Amino acid sequence: MSVHNGVVRSAYHPPAWKAVDAVAVEARAAALGTRSIKKAAKLQGLLLAVSMIDLTTLEGSDTPGKVRDLCAKAMRPLPGRSDIPSTGAVCVYPPLVAVAKEALAGSGVKVAAVATYFPSGQGDLAMKLEEVRRTVEAGADEIDMVIDRRAFLMGDYAKVFDEIAATVEACGPAHLKVILETGELQTYDKVRFASQLAIDAGAHFIKTSTGKVQPAATLPVTLVMLEVIREHYFKTGKMVGMKPAGGIRTAKDALKYLVMVNETLGDAWMSPDWFRLGASVLLNDILMQLEKERLGAYDSLRYHTLG
Amino acid sequence: MKTPAQTNMRLTVAKTYKLFIGGAFPRTESGRSVALRNRSGEFVANASRASRKDLREAVVAARKAAESWAGRTAYLRSQILYRAAEMMESRRESLTATLVKAHGKTAKAAEAEVSASIDRLVWYAGWCDKLTQVLGNQNPVAGPFFNMSSPEATGVVVLFAGESSPLLGLVSIVAPVICGGNAVVACSPIAHAPIVIDFAEVLATSDLPAGVVNLLTGNRDELLPTAASHRDIDAIGAVGLSMEEQVLLEGGASATIKRVWIDTDRTSSAWALADHQSLYRITPFLEVKTSWHPMGL
Repeated sequence: MSVHNGVVRSAYHPPAWKAVDAVAVEARAAALGTRSIKKAAKLQGLLLAVSMIDLTTLEGSDTPGKVRDLCAKAMRPLPGRSDIPSTGAVCVYPPLVAVAKEALAGSGVKVAAVATYFPSGQGDLAMKLEEVRRTVEAGADEIDMVIDRRAFLMGDYAKVFDEIAATVEACGPAHLKVILETGELQTYDKVRFASQLAIDAGAHFIKTSTGKVQPAATLPVTLVMLEVIREHYFKTGKMVGMKPAGGIRTAKDALKYLVMVNETLGDAWMSPDWFRLGASVLLNDILMQLEKERLGAYDSLRYHTLG
Repeated sequence: MKTPAQTNMRLTVAKTYKLFIGGAFPRTESGRSVALRNRSGEFVANASRASRKDLREAVVAARKAAESWAGRTAYLRSQILYRAAEMMESRRESLTATLVKAHGKTAKAAEAEVSASIDRLVWYAGWCDKLTQVLGNQNPVAGPFFNMSSPEATGVVVLFAGESSPLLGLVSIVAPVICGGNAVVACSPIAHAPIVIDFAEVLATSDLPAGVVNLLTGNRDELLPTAASHRDIDAIGAVGLSMEEQVLLEGGASATIKRVWIDTDRTSSAWALADHQSLYRITPFLEVKTSWHPMGL
């Protein structure tokens, strides 16, 4: 037990702070980004990237119709090309989970939903947990929660830990992705610390961003998080998944992330079970690259839907 | 020992001619450069040889700029084209010097080419907000409808400049296309790089939004097939194509129903003639939209 501002917390002992060498992380991320990938490997990589996308729509203006369109795209990204796999999941707000669940029935594409007062995380825990339970009941296979950055930045790490642990429990059979919102955490040291905290609390995946805050996912931030996952794996033998989200727009970006995952964590993580890309416009850019290889001519967005 | 100032010696500040894409001046991604020499074989400058990927990047930049350029008021487009002419006027001497030094023109010919280029920009600047009145119509139809046709920009246009008149030949094909509200990627021969990139510097300082005009220097036989088959280009205009190149262009363009406009190359003095500033150099890159509206409501 610990006491913070007069509130009793669990007996969580936060991880020791470890400084991250920011210059080295950025240099390493930049170096991995310049890796040359030859055509056959690039095609494999692009197809794999499609299968890893959490095709996302998180707008106040989302409607059941738009979500159904998105689900159709997730299941069959490019009609006429059965060699292109379905995306990993469709990611929506809780009220649209039922619509997505029905549209995706039998397809193998998962339904992910953001919860816990997304994107701010500023809300009462009991209501956050209630939202999670209802969303899972409505059919969500995966919950993307946000951490309470206010508590984190004020040093109330036990509160953050307890909320994540409680959310894992509320998820029941659903997988939990924990969004750190790295754009608000200011330093790599804090990103590293928050990653370890989320993993200790039972996160199945750690995720960079909501997509609502700039900067969203970046290569260096992702590298810091991947290295925490690697350390955790060496220490405990347990795998944790990774999901960079927000700002990943081009096929080239997606390949850079795949190179980084493969170089940092290895083959075992090169699957939608362990790595996801939170994105929306990325899918069309990848489809355009895949079509370019088939046609031998640069493609146009006008031949693709929802772009 | 004397300092450079005391000896009146300075290091030569040599210019490397890069490309003009999305308002920036990047080197070609291929890293290829060509040493340009004047007629007596002396080194003039290093110029970029654009690759197919540079063309693709330029098309992406043009696509990004196209909608907002077409959406600006015709009056504003006119002001911006005129501003480009102003910028060119204030650089008249340096442009003339480049044509003399790097392109072997006589001072008189160079000056005439620069003047004609400036005048051409001004001429097309005037047309921006007059196109619709002249080319648009109210059409009589057999029914209780108003029926109106109005011209609209085609979209992203790739242009291939000819071998002669590096400045006036380029301005003469670019100005009418942006006047109509299109975004342009213009490819000139590598040997034209000095004056083309000087012209890019004019455009970069003339309120023209980034990406509306992108200028590449490269080999046409390398870039033309890629442009012809590219699915995100709406029209291609080219000057001085061989019969084989025309067949290749028309064949590639037909797969994506691009508009194709082909013209013959000319000398500077021929380009300077008034018949090369014409409303009918704007129309090949315009679409006509016709709307029907019920009468009496």
